[in-house]
Amino acid sequence: MSETVLSIRNLSISFQTSNGMVNAIRGLDLDLHKGKTVAIVGESGSGKSVTVKAIMRILSGNQKINSGSITFNFDSGDEKISQDLLKLSKKEMRSRINGRRIAMVFQDPMTSLNPTMTIGKQIMEGMIIHLNKTRAEAHERALELLRLVGISDPENRMKSYPHQLSGGMRQRVVIAIMLACDPEVLICDEPTTALDVTIQAKILELIKEIQARTHISVIYITHDLGVVAKVADYVAVMYAGKIVERGTVNEIFYDPKHPYTWGLLSSMPDIGSENEKLYTIPGSPPNLLHKIEGDAFAPRNVHALKIDFKQEPPMFKITDTHYAATWLLHENASKVEMSETLRRRIDKVVKEAGRDGENTDLASY
Amino acid sequence: MERTPILQVTDLKQHFKMSKKFTVKAVDGVSFEIREGETYGLVGESGSGKSTIGRSIIRLYQPTSGTVTFQGVDISGPLKEKEQVLLRTKMQMIFQDPMACLNPRKKVIDIIAQGLDIHKLYKTKQERKEKVDRILDKVGLSREHANRYPHQFSGGQRQRIGIARALIMEPKLIIADEAISALDVSIQAQVVNLMKEIQEETNTAFLFIAHDLSMVKYISDRIGVLHLGNLVETGTTQDIFDHPIHPYTKSLLSAIPHANPIKEKKRVAIPYDYATSGIDYSNGIQQKISDSHSVLATDEEYKAWTAG
Ligand SMILES: Nc1ncnc2c1ncn2[C@@H]1O[C@H](COP(=O)(O)OP(=O)(O)O)[C@@H](O)[C@H]1O
Ligand SMILES: Nc1ncnc2c1ncn2[C@@H]1O[C@H](COP(=O)(O)OP(=O)(O)O)[C@@H](O)[C@H]1O
Ligand SMILES: [Mg+2]
Ligand SMILES: [Mg+2]
Repeated sequence: MSETVLSIRNLSISFQTSNGMVNAIRGLDLDLHKGKTVAIVGESGSGKSVTVKAIMRILSGNQKINSGSITFNFDSGDEKISQDLLKLSKKEMRSRINGRRIAMVFQDPMTSLNPTMTIGKQIMEGMIIHLNKTRAEAHERALELLRLVGISDPENRMKSYPHQLSGGMRQRVVIAIMLACDPEVLICDEPTTALDVTIQAKILELIKEIQARTHISVIYITHDLGVVAKVADYVAVMYAGKIVERGTVNEIFYDPKHPYTWGLLSSMPDIGSENEKLYTIPGSPPNLLHKIEGDAFAPRNVHALKIDFKQEPPMFKITDTHYAATWLLHENASKVEMSETLRRRIDKVVKEAGRDGENTDLASY
Repeated sequence: MERTPILQVTDLKQHFKMSKKFTVKAVDGVSFEIREGETYGLVGESGSGKSTIGRSIIRLYQPTSGTVTFQGVDISGPLKEKEQVLLRTKMQMIFQDPMACLNPRKKVIDIIAQGLDIHKLYKTKQERKEKVDRILDKVGLSREHANRYPHQFSGGQRQRIGIARALIMEPKLIIADEAISALDVSIQAQVVNLMKEIQEETNTAFLFIAHDLSMVKYISDRIGVLHLGNLVETGTTQDIFDHPIHPYTKSLLSAIPHANPIKEKKRVAIPYDYATSGIDYSNGIQQKISDSHSVLATDEEYKAWTAG
């Protein structure tokens, strides 16, 4: 396994609201390996955005980081630096880390764009400030980046203002801006959710291409499991402010262990036959205003055991890379399997994968 | 399977004159029909004219040319009172951002009953309330919700309010423009299940506009593929997904990521660039592959695309 670029340990974050404290992140661990992509999946409200914003130190006024560390390992010249980002001041974050070493693409591109500046200026700005490029060099590189992200007629587009572009084009411009400074970590928070599949495919292929070339590490948040399958090396499944299962992308898709992961995989529309109803996970996520007893997923889990309502499950180890927090994995628990429908679907998918890839060793997942 | 068309769109054009020299041909001669109780999915990249078609049909725009017939009545010309009422009651629209079209200062009951109020479709306050209650039950909201305000609801619940507001008019056609695109997958599934349930019960037809092809595939009986204001291919969901003919359709389908990591890592989408493709949509005609399936192509293109 490659070296760890980013390592989050025991992160806990709450929000002060008029109704009380919302415990949005409840002891979260996450690793990002160099040159790899980890996808975070989970229902909305599970804490995906709050987690990655904490890395960037984008905090709202009512937000409190209760505990934890976010260790960022990077090379500064020939020195290897290991820095807890939570210990840096906002100012240090801005001058040394944000945009330069860690860049973030949000779902809404206007979050990252300056409406009063041409997009050419915005792409070039970072390169001139952080990378000491000349205007001409920055201009050349900006054109190249715009072409890379699939924008035709880049010369003219450089002179456009954000409002003159469509949503899809704006997002591609944002990605161009983020890539301009060759960051070590790229965080993507549902960047393609509002985009066309064709543009999405281009952006995903682009990210992979850049990754192959520059060994950039990527955290990718999405609720589209197809996208996860395409981009991720590792997957972290998030529920109610915690990671409940993590593993390689193959482990999560072909051998999921947590009932919540089963539920997510089952709710994909391509499951089952035409006129079957789409599967939905019963109930809704817990209200994080209240203290959670036991496993947060227990009330929605048809397989819940008595202990699930009393004691929080630890992360059980399945392989060196695969862990899941469910009491079902305890050696004394009776054996519970995923639904027949999901089992059949996974079998089919594994068979397809095997047929396609002569030299993929399916036994190794 | 053959059902009577409830909506017939024939050679619809919607052009926007931007300046003396420049006209946006948002929709450029599109024909299709939607049958009673059926779901017709409209797909295509953003800017291809999907929303414009929906808006022209429901007459938020005056079509540049072409005809739209709804329940046998031409609704594309100047509208008389009677046609106006038919259109405003029997055809309803659900939008992507439910919040944008829900008045934040109005209670849910008044939002849902708005159409009833405008067209005076009840005799007593009691009857109005009963109608709203029935719809709330149907869309899976509780009756107590009637007295709350939209901001007190989650995205999925707001979309249910949007659906309730449309449903209460007992429409024959609902145009859903990216109605589930902003929702979480699990909520999307709930809303789609709800739409299907309602359809089975009321035989309402849907024009389902979306850029998420996996949901379109799941919900649609037939699909139209739009590109640059042209309907490049139309057919049953099977025709389109299993036997796509047009290179744009093929490219679009190849871009859908599948939830199979080993396979997906190796697959790349098929590119399609109209400018360099040598295809000129204005030269194409609708070529029939079967009774249900047709593609926009010249004779030569058609031959080439269906060979082998
Ligand atoms: N500024 C805030 N004030 C109060 N609660 C918040 C705030 N921001 C986020 N939350 C809460 O934190 C939880 C996680 O939110 P978020 O990370 O945005 O979820 P996700 O990105 O997974 O959809 C949610 O319950 C949300 O309501
Ligand atoms: N009211 C309008 N005035 C001028 N141009 C418009 C108007 N509405 C849409 N367009 C243009 O028409 C084309 C089709 O837009 P639209 O129907 O919104 O596409 P879609 O819904 O498929 O994304 C786009 O080029 C858009 O910019
Ligand atoms: Mg989020
Ligand atoms: Mg649209």
